[in-house]
Amino acid sequence: MRVALFAAARARAGKSVLEVELPDGATVEALLKAVTAQVPSLASLSMRVAVNQEFAQARDVIPSGAEIALIPPVAGG
Amino acid sequence: MFKIQSEPLSLEVVVNAVCPSPLASRDPLPRGEGAVVTFTGVVRSVSRGKRVTRLDYEAYDSMAEKQLSRIGNEVAEKWPGALTAVVHRVGSLLPGELAVVIAVASPHRAEAFDACRHVIERLKQDVPIWKKEFSEDGDVWVGVGS
Repeated sequence: MRVALFAAARARAGKSVLEVELPDGATVEALLKAVTAQVPSLASLSMRVAVNQEFAQARDVIPSGAEIALIPPVAGG
Repeated sequence: MFKIQSEPLSLEVVVNAVCPSPLASRDPLPRGEGAVVTFTGVVRSVSRGKRVTRLDYEAYDSMAEKQLSRIGNEVAEKWPGALTAVVHRVGSLLPGELAVVIAVASPHRAEAFDACRHVIERLKQDVPIWKKEFSEDGDVWVGVGS
């Protein structure tokens, strides 16, 4: 699946999209593990995961074809 | 109006979104509003003692607009009759430029002030917008530290 990276996450990974291999029915927690295995420098960054443009919880299952993004600490305003 | 944009912000446009008659008009506001409170976030020239040269803002635009709209719904639930508009800018901003404008119109002043404060605090928690601060000491993602 394709994972969009923004701001500090994109800077650390050196790219704005990450391709991650995960089985059907994978959870948000599994996604984060796979992401940090692929890009170890993301492990120390506090990140939330957005699934279809909504914040998701660690145990949520990611639907197939979902739009996924990593959300590092936000700083609007 | 819940919007992320790269063009410079206008306070008047955001105010007009919650209160269709311009403030200068003598027509009564259409929904019984008696108060309009605005918040404007401006790029500071000094941050933690360092001279800031610019802030680069970026957003996950589509999600950010959804989150802003959700915050507007929270306001309407918590303060019945309150109407919210928020526009946030992205791109490279210089000190003195406007980063965000919020307007809340409501029947009375107390809820307009409270709701406007609520919107900026919630924006800082849950709206996917980021900024990189450039100063004489280098650059840093605000809230991350590297």
